[in-house]
Amino acid sequence: MDKNLVCIVCPIGCRLKVTGTADDLNVSGNICKKGIAYAHDEITNPMRMVCTTVKIKGGIHSVIPVKTDKPIPEKYKLEVVKAVNSIELTSPVKMGDIIISNLFETGVNIVAERDM
Amino acid sequence: MEKYDIVIIGGGPAGLGAAIEAKKQGITKVLVIERDIELGGILQQCIHNGFGLHIFNEELTGPEYAQRFIDMAREENIDILLDTIVISISKDKKIKAMNTTGVLNIEAKAIVLAMGCREKTRSSIAIPGDRPAGVFTAGAAQRYINIEGYMVGKKVIVLGAGDIGMIMARRIVLEGGEVLAVLARGSIVKGLTRNIVQCLDHYNIPLLYNHNITKITGKERVESVTVAQTDEKKEVIPGTEKVYECDTVLLSVGLIPENELSRIAGIEIDRKTSGPFVNESMETSIPGIFACGNVVHVHDVVDFVTEESRRAGANAARFVKGEKSESESMNTIVSGGITYCVPHRIRYSAMPDKLDLFMRVENKYDKATIVINNQGNELVRFKKTNLTPGEMIKQSVKKSLFEKAKGDIEITLEVGGSK
Ligand SMILES: Cc1cc2nc3c(=O)[nH]c(=O)nc-3n(C[C@H](O)[C@H](O)[C@H](O)COP(=O)(O)OP(=O)(O)OC[C@H]3O[C@@H](n4cnc5c(N)ncnc54)[C@H](O)[C@@H]3O)c2cc1C
Ligand code: SF4
Repeated sequence: MDKNLVCIVCPIGCRLKVTGTADDLNVSGNICKKGIAYAHDEITNPMRMVCTTVKIKGGIHSVIPVKTDKPIPEKYKLEVVKAVNSIELTSPVKMGDIIISNLFETGVNIVAERDM
Repeated sequence: MEKYDIVIIGGGPAGLGAAIEAKKQGITKVLVIERDIELGGILQQCIHNGFGLHIFNEELTGPEYAQRFIDMAREENIDILLDTIVISISKDKKIKAMNTTGVLNIEAKAIVLAMGCREKTRSSIAIPGDRPAGVFTAGAAQRYINIEGYMVGKKVIVLGAGDIGMIMARRIVLEGGEVLAVLARGSIVKGLTRNIVQCLDHYNIPLLYNHNITKITGKERVESVTVAQTDEKKEVIPGTEKVYECDTVLLSVGLIPENELSRIAGIEIDRKTSGPFVNESMETSIPGIFACGNVVHVHDVVDFVTEESRRAGANAARFVKGEKSESESMNTIVSGGITYCVPHRIRYSAMPDKLDLFMRVENKYDKATIVINNQGNELVRFKKTNLTPGEMIKQSVKKSLFEKAKGDIEITLEVGGSK
């Protein structure tokens, strides 16, 4: 394989060159180790963070931002938003509160991004 | 008239960072004035992750980053006035503000400006055609979707490949909408490369370089837009027009610092950044009035805003305590592809051991060297790779380098292997 990727772990956005096979990857162009881990995931099992909003009653706004507490397999990215859009919370909610736990049996939780 | 040691205008990350730092430096009477009904500034609508890697060493979302600063401000017992807009400030640091209780007059020993920036609108780029509903700035759309909770449209075209535009393109797809294309008006994307990857490529949203909107059509609501290819001079190439049926147009065409108040006070404004001239202490041309964050220059990473605001807060505290710097100001003069440098002025005696210079470049350079000269002597040079106009350069310089410097500090770019 001979692939060019951009590491998206931080805003530096290192341009990665990936060669070898899925079992024996050779990564270059990364400034830090996170770039290597990113390239591995991206080739074998791409993962994404998903951030969205949930309806809330009694808060200062009508929706509150929530996110996956860690990256979730990429195939679920749109499903996450659908799952979250079917619920409604009631204020007060604290930053870090779990809104949905173990979504799609992935071990990933949906958590609140702020107090409201 | 209410009296405060330091009044901070704007309760975004810059204002909060400055307030917290001033308090930590032992200043007791600190007030933050914010026109919105809550603190946090624009971060409250930036619900995606990617903030705080430098400051907190973890990846936070905008609201999470804001919440940490709001919590710290509470712990420090900083006075806060919400839902209150500052309408004028004067050279002698008298502040006029307004809220539902009426007009407030406040006197400060030092002021920190932290009003952030606002988006350029349709009128600043002049698109011909009808004026139907459904044309939003990307930031306004971000507020509608992420704070007020309603979708702006189903079929969307985004003009301008700035970060907010790309982030909103992804957000619309996540909420079940369709983004027909993101149009970059030149051959260089203004936003971060990681946003092209994680917002557009990962969601199969087409990015069209060298394209512009030539016409918007629709009676009440947008019905279609005409899109055409552009040449190197960004002029439309006749015959390349294509009509896209859509109901919404998002404009992501740039941000400008919000400096009406600075102008009222008579603060000198740099035409390149549209923000005040500042020195190494983030002090403007009026002694005792400091500025930080997007009101000074548009930042792409909030962490840098925080660093800058801590500097402004600490120096406002020093000013209130009566500490003065005696040395002459040296101007930082840029050339050779560098568009600006903040700070604009440096006083040797007031420099910290390491001073961060923030710069932007005009073009894309694979390899280039930043060279700092003074009166024909080279003080230092820094090799750089992958410079682009969309990514701010942060370069820290040692104070000791400037010990003998006088007059202008010349900062230039030696290009090696340009584009
Ligand atoms: C629409 C938009 C989206 C953005 N998205 C991102 C992003 O995704 N990622 C990123 O890293 N950066 C983003 N930025 C840049 C971001 O603004 C900065 O990183 C950071 O939030 C700037 O902080 P600040 O405190 O300088 O400004 P702000 O966060 O804008 O805060 C300024 C505050 O001052 C208040 N204010 C202004 N005038 C007055 C007045 N006269 N009286 C009282 N209060 C006043 C405003 O209400 C506001 O709360 C975005 C900017 C905009 C405009
Ligand atoms: S490799 Fe490290 S430094 Fe480079 S983009 Fe990835 S996380 Fe950032």
